[in-house]
Amino acid sequence: MSALLELQDVHTAYGLSRVLFGISLQIGAGECVCLLGRNGVGKTTTMRSIMGLTRPSAGRVLWKGRDIAGWMPHRIARAGIGFVPEDRRVFAELTVWENLDVAERAAQRRGPWTVARVYETFPALRDLAGRQAGFLSGGEQQMLTIGRTLMCNPELLLLDEPSEGLAPLVVDRLLEQVGALKDQGLTILLAEQGVDFSLRLADRAYVLEKGTVRHSGPAAELRDDAALRHRLLAL
Amino acid sequence: MPEPAFLFGQFLGGLTAGMFLFTIAAGLSLIFGVLRVLNFAHGSFYMFGAYLGWQVMSWVGPGTEYFWLAALAAAACVALLGIAIEHCLLRHLYRREELYQLLFTYALVLILADCAKIIWGTGQLSVSRPPSLSGAVQIFGTTVPHYNLFIMLLGPAIALGLWLLMHRSRVGRLVRAAVMDREMLGALGANVGSLYTIMFGIGAFLAGLGGALVTPVKSIVPGMDVEVIVEVFIVVVIGGLGSLWGTFLGALVFGQVLAFGILIMPRFSIFAVFALMAIILIVRPWGLLGKPLR
Ligand SMILES: Nc1ncnc2c1ncn2[C@@H]1O[C@H](COP(=O)(O)OP(=O)(O)OP(=O)(O)O)[C@@H](O)[C@H]1O
Ligand SMILES: [Mg+2]
Repeated sequence: MSALLELQDVHTAYGLSRVLFGISLQIGAGECVCLLGRNGVGKTTTMRSIMGLTRPSAGRVLWKGRDIAGWMPHRIARAGIGFVPEDRRVFAELTVWENLDVAERAAQRRGPWTVARVYETFPALRDLAGRQAGFLSGGEQQMLTIGRTLMCNPELLLLDEPSEGLAPLVVDRLLEQVGALKDQGLTILLAEQGVDFSLRLADRAYVLEKGTVRHSGPAAELRDDAALRHRLLAL
Repeated sequence: MPEPAFLFGQFLGGLTAGMFLFTIAAGLSLIFGVLRVLNFAHGSFYMFGAYLGWQVMSWVGPGTEYFWLAALAAAACVALLGIAIEHCLLRHLYRREELYQLLFTYALVLILADCAKIIWGTGQLSVSRPPSLSGAVQIFGTTVPHYNLFIMLLGPAIALGLWLLMHRSRVGRLVRAAVMDREMLGALGANVGSLYTIMFGIGAFLAGLGGALVTPVKSIVPGMDVEVIVEVFIVVVIGGLGSLWGTFLGALVFGQVLAFGILIMPRFSIFAVFALMAIILIVRPWGLLGKPLR
């Protein structure tokens, strides 16, 4: 299997503070892979390194076989990687519709995603179309950030902590919606602290620890083996 | 008590001066609102607009309708100059401290002033009004040149145009998104760098346009760059830097205070403006319609 995305020995630092110490991982087309690990192990930094938001100091990020490490984020987005940040970061003073429209214009990638289709996937957004994004609830903002990134027609979706800070019922609905995206064939890399959300969706899992990959294997293994899960994640 | 016709004349004079300043200040305010760069060289762009307008006019025929073409050509040249400066030099300073940006734009003021002296000398130059607007009308017993009426209408037209650009166009939405979260917009695929360059170009265009259009009213002299930047800074301090309507209001207020200040303190009416600015800086440092900086 040739991977859609492959990280080879990626090292990343914020200034002098080094965070990633040689992360290697692979994601095949159509897979849903999750990054697990406790607070501050480097899940977000791994995604930022893929997206070009924080440049890796060493290592390779291969997208369809091409090394994209060092590219500008907008080039990476236009190459087909979509990033949904952990703190949602909607454009607060723009309306819901404007948020989606800006994303469509930004990436200029043709594909199946339109505003209408985002509204179909997240019906709650349709009724809020004219509302300023800053006034939405957390769950609504999460749908909007995902919808906004989908407007860029990505082939790979980087989802950082989508369930963070959401009520259990909202999380369940989000889980269904992300599951539907996966069933439509979208490749997903999911970062989560909580195992519940990600292990219900993912095919494979990587467990990070202090900026390195501690464990990798099928998600089912972690799901079923409580002792292993406890040892790796101490939850 | 002065006659009403005289007061009305003062009012229109202030309005004209204010709308000239607005044309220039709108560009400064736009650049600051988007790029967060306070461009001292904005006055130099204005001066180049004036000199270039004169230059083009002297080639195509002074005193003809080519005036309009010359003004647009001058503004476009200034926009290109601005784009080149932003693209080649200024953008490398965004990540540095603001002080370096200020020093850089100040250095530009000195360099551009010397360039203008080398190219056009130190004498006074002037341009006549285009024939189509060389007449005047009587309004309430006051003689108002057509050209001044045109400037009074141009100001609101530019304000409306900029508002439509920012709030009703896709590019404007992208720019507003960039102001809110530049990194996120980049991650969505937008080339924020070139968006900034375009906005800088539009700001420079407005300065150049203001300079080219002022030539029938004011003579072109070295030092007009510094003179206008002081006035424009006062306008944005009063109204609110980065706010379109604030800048508009600031320009109106500036024009009127200057026009009526003359009646009270004939020689020192500029002091009335300084006093107003000082009061606003103390009471509301972010200006009448501006927002406090983060
Ligand atoms: N901008 C930054 N500057 C300096 N250090 C940072 C920065 N962002 C993150 N770090 C540090 O890098 C380490 C990894 O952070 P990262 O956000 O990648 O972890 P994470 O796995 O996503 O954590 P969480 O589960 O809390 O989201 C942490 O120790 C954090 O303090
Ligand atoms: Mg994180």
